[in-house]
Amino acid sequence: MSDPPINRRQFIGRCTRAGLSVAAAGALGIGFYESKPPQARSDDHETVLIPDFSIAEMSGKMCIVRGAPQGMGRAGSVRLAFDALGGMKAFVKPGERVLLKVNAAFASPPALGATSHPDLVAAVVRLCLEDAGASRVIVTDNPINDPASCFALTGIDAAARAAGAEVVIPRESLFRRFSVSGGRLIRDWPVLYAPLARVDRIIGMAPVKDHHRSGASMTLKNWYGLLGGRRNIFHQDVHTVIQELAMMIKPTVVVLDGTQSMMSNGPTGGSLSDLKPTGTLIVSTDPVAADAAGAALLGRTATDLPFIAKAESVGAGRADYRSLDFKEIQAS
Amino acid sequence: MRIVTARRISQIFFFLLFVWFCIVSTLGEGWWQLRGWPVGWLIQLDPLVGLGTLLATGTLYAGLLWGLLTIVLTIVLGRFFCGWLCPFGTLHQAVGWLANSGRRASWKIAANRYRRGQGLKYSLLVFLLGAAAGDLMRRAIGVPIQSPYLAAAIVVIMLTLGVAALRLRTISGTGWVAGVAAVAVGWTVLSIFTDGSRLLAASLQTGLLDPIPLFYRSVNLTLLPLVDGRLITLSAASRLYPGAFAMGAVFWTAVFLNLVVPRFYCRFVCPLGALFGVLGKNALWRVGQKPDGCTACGDCDRYCEGGCEPSAVIRTPECVLCMNCLADCRHGVMGYRLDPSAAGEVSVPDISKRELVAVLAAGVAAVPLARLAGMTGDAWNTGVIRPPGSLPEEEFLQRCIKCGQCMRVCPTNVIHPAGFQAGLEGIWTPMLNFRMGTSGCQHGCIACGNLCPTAAIRPISIEERLGKGDFESRGPMRIGMAFVDRGRCLPWAMDRPCIVCQENCPVSPKAIFTRIEFRSVRLDGDLRLRRLEGNRLTFNGPALPSDRFATGDYYVSIDGNPGIPPARIADIGPAGLTLEDHAFTTSAPGADRVTLLVRLQLPYVDPARCIGCGVCEHECPVKGRRAIRVTAENETRERRHRLLL
Repeated sequence: MSDPPINRRQFIGRCTRAGLSVAAAGALGIGFYESKPPQARSDDHETVLIPDFSIAEMSGKMCIVRGAPQGMGRAGSVRLAFDALGGMKAFVKPGERVLLKVNAAFASPPALGATSHPDLVAAVVRLCLEDAGASRVIVTDNPINDPASCFALTGIDAAARAAGAEVVIPRESLFRRFSVSGGRLIRDWPVLYAPLARVDRIIGMAPVKDHHRSGASMTLKNWYGLLGGRRNIFHQDVHTVIQELAMMIKPTVVVLDGTQSMMSNGPTGGSLSDLKPTGTLIVSTDPVAADAAGAALLGRTATDLPFIAKAESVGAGRADYRSLDFKEIQAS
Repeated sequence: MRIVTARRISQIFFFLLFVWFCIVSTLGEGWWQLRGWPVGWLIQLDPLVGLGTLLATGTLYAGLLWGLLTIVLTIVLGRFFCGWLCPFGTLHQAVGWLANSGRRASWKIAANRYRRGQGLKYSLLVFLLGAAAGDLMRRAIGVPIQSPYLAAAIVVIMLTLGVAALRLRTISGTGWVAGVAAVAVGWTVLSIFTDGSRLLAASLQTGLLDPIPLFYRSVNLTLLPLVDGRLITLSAASRLYPGAFAMGAVFWTAVFLNLVVPRFYCRFVCPLGALFGVLGKNALWRVGQKPDGCTACGDCDRYCEGGCEPSAVIRTPECVLCMNCLADCRHGVMGYRLDPSAAGEVSVPDISKRELVAVLAAGVAAVPLARLAGMTGDAWNTGVIRPPGSLPEEEFLQRCIKCGQCMRVCPTNVIHPAGFQAGLEGIWTPMLNFRMGTSGCQHGCIACGNLCPTAAIRPISIEERLGKGDFESRGPMRIGMAFVDRGRCLPWAMDRPCIVCQENCPVSPKAIFTRIEFRSVRLDGDLRLRRLEGNRLTFNGPALPSDRFATGDYYVSIDGNPGIPPARIADIGPAGLTLEDHAFTTSAPGADRVTLLVRLQLPYVDPARCIGCGVCEHECPVKGRRAIRVTAENETRERRHRLLL
C-alpha cells in the first residue's frame, strides 16, 4: 500500500484545514480572553423592579367590620367591608389580573388560625372574579414549612382553586434578585417575583397573630412571605426588614382577619387555647393603618410595635388610622 | 546536530525548568525563592487547563492564553509537546528507557506496538471535557430558540459550516446532516426534561489526570516534603499533606507502569496527549516512510515512544514526535515531511462515534449526579474552609485544577488537599486545616491567590484581604468564623485561666473578647475564717497549696461582705494567706465562710470581626479536637453563608 506523494490538491486541503483550525482556536482563545480575575460580587448588580400596585384615588381608605353578619362568617364580613369602600370593582378593573398574597406559612389546619382562613381566601377570590370581573386570580406565598404541604393542609389550595383561582407553589425558578431602593437589608435578595410580574393588582391577606420577635404578625409582616433565600437572618433586625418590606410592596388593598386572633404562642400557635374570638375584619388600602388597628386586638398599641412607626416614617401609611377615610360597621 | 539530540536537550531543559519552578515556589528572601519566577508558566502552556476553564467558565484567564501557542504549534507540527516539552513525559521516557534498556529488541518492538487500549485516553478526555461543559450546555438550553431570527442564524451557520466541511472532505454530507439532526433532537429532548437550573452544572476535573498539574502536585506535595532539608531547606518545619498517599500512589503507579509498557501513561491515560492527538489531525508535517527502501526490519518500532507503529500504517495521533524512528532507521526511509507515509497513515484518533457520544453523555451526566449530594448547596460542608480569595464553591469547582500550587506556596502549610470533604468533585482541591501547619492562615499573606493559575483563588491584594483602602466599605475578607466549644474550653469548662485564643487573635480590635467571671473553686471541704488581720488571713479547712492558688488568678471572698469585691491572693505561707488590698470587715470570725474564687476570662467571638484565619484554633492548648474551631460559616465568598446582616 504505497501512496503517491502528496499532490497539490491534498496539500492545499490540509493547509486549509490546519489554517482554519488555527484561526478557530485563535478566535476562541482571543475572543474569550479575560485578563482580569473574576471580582468579588458586589451586592448591587442588576435587579428586577416591582411595580406600585396601589391606586392613587383609593389611598387612605379603611373599613372595620365588627361582629359577623348572621351565618355568613368571614365571607359576609369581607363583602360588607368591600361594599362600604365601593365594592371590589373600585380596586380591580374588569380583565385585570390579581395576586392574593395569603399567609400560608405553616402546615397546620385552618382551625388553629396560624394561616389565612380558606373561607376568606375563597370569598376574596370570588369578589375579584365575579364582582370585579378580574381575568385571573393567583394565590401564592413562600411558606416556612414545606410549601406544598402548607397549601394543602391549610385548606387554602382547595378553597382557592374551587373558587376559580390559580395557586402558585413557589419553586426556585420563580425567584429573582431584588434590591429595595433606599433599603439596607433587602439587597440583591431573592424575591418571589414571577407571580408579581404577571399581575396588575395585589391584595395582601393576613390573620392577626402574636409574634414573639416582632410583637405581632399582620399585613406588613405578611410580605416576608415574598422573600426567598435564608430570609430568617433578617430576624436580627426584624422591625427594619418589615419597614423595607413596606417599601417593597405597595399593595392595592389589604385584608386583615381578626375574626379570631392568636393571642399567644405565635406565630405558629398550635392550640385552640392560643386563639381568642375578636370578631373584627379590616379592609384597608393602608397596611400601616390596618396593622395599627389590628394591634388593639392583641391588646397592644401601635407604639408596642416599632415596625409600625418605622413603616410610617418611610411613607408606607399612617398609624393613626382614625385620621383616614375610615368607616366602622357593626354587623349583627 | 541530530534531531533526537535537539529533542533531548529540549526535554532536559523543560524538565529542569519544571524542577526549578517547584523549588522556587517558596516564600522567602533568597534569590532562588519566589520573586516573580513564572512558576505557573508550564501550567499555562498546558492547553487542557485553558480549554477546561474556557468550557467551564466561558473565559480564558490571563496567562492561560499561552495554551493557544501550544495549540497552534500542535495543529501545524503534531504532538511536539509530548515528545519535546512535557516534563512528565520526559520522566516516563527516561524511566522506560532505563528500565527496559536490558531487554531484547523483540521485547521492545512488541512493547511498542499499537494497542486498542490507547484509545482510552480519548474517552477520558471527552469525559472530562463533558463534565466541564455542563454550564455551557445550560446556557445553550437557555437560548431563546423560539426567536425566528436566532433560528435562522443557527440554520445559516450550520449550512455554512456544513458546506465548508464538505468542501474540505472532513465529513460526508449525510454525516453532517445526521450530526446536526442529532444535536437538534438532543437539545430539544434535554430542554423538555430540564431548564438546566437543577441538573446541568460544570465541574473541572481535568486536573486529576492532566499531566502538568498531576506532576506539579506529585512533586510538590509528595516528593519535596520527603527530601526537604538535606540539600536545600525549602521549609523550616516539615510539611504535611493529608491524602499524599493517594497522590503518591497515582504518581508511582504511573511511573512503574513504564516497566510494563514504555510511556504507559502517555499512551493510555493522558487526556492532554489525547487533546494533542485530536488537534494534530491536520498537521502539515508528519512522521512517515518514504516510498522506497523499507526492508521491514522493525528498527523504527524499537524505541518508538508513542506506540504509533511507524513500521506499518502509522497512527499519527499517537506519534509524540520523539523522532527516534528517524535516527534508528538504517535505510533512511523515515522522515518528518509534508508527504503522507508511503506505508499509509491513520490520522483520526481511535475512538468511534458510538464511544464518543456515550462518553460525552456520561461526562455531562456525571456532574449533576454528583451535585445531587447537595454539597454546593444546603449540604455544604462547613469543615471545608477555602483559601482567602476563593470563588464561591460552584465557580471554584469550575476552575480548580488541583495542581497544588497554593498548597506548595502556603508559608504556614495550612492549605491541604481535600479528600472527600468537599464531595467527590472536590478531591485534592485546597482546604485549610488549622490543626496542622505552623500557624493559622496569616492574615497579611496573599501568596496562594497569586500563584493560582486559574483564579479559582483570586489574586487579591493585601488591601482587599484586610478591607482597607478601596475595600474599606466591604470590610475584611472572612474565610470562616471561630466558634468556642464551651465543653472543651479550659476556662469555660474546667475553671482554668487560659485565653490563648484571645491573645493570638491577629485582628485589631480583637475578634475574640473576654468577659470576666469569678467562680468558686472546687475544694474538699469548706473554708472557715479564723482571723483576718490586715492583709493576713488564716482559716480552717483544707490546705491551699501555694503553687496552685498563689498564682495571681485566685481570690477570696468572705461571707457577710455583700458588695465587696473579691480580694486577690498575693501569697500563701505557713501563716496563712496574704491578700492584696481589700475592704472586708469581719463580724464573727470562726463562723464566716471563706470562698476561694478563680478569676476567669471567658472567651467570646465577635462575628462582626472574626475573619476565620484560624490562628486561635492553631494555638488552642486543647491539642486534639480544639476548644475553639473555625468553620466556613460566615465566609464572605458565599453570601448565603453569612451569619450577620
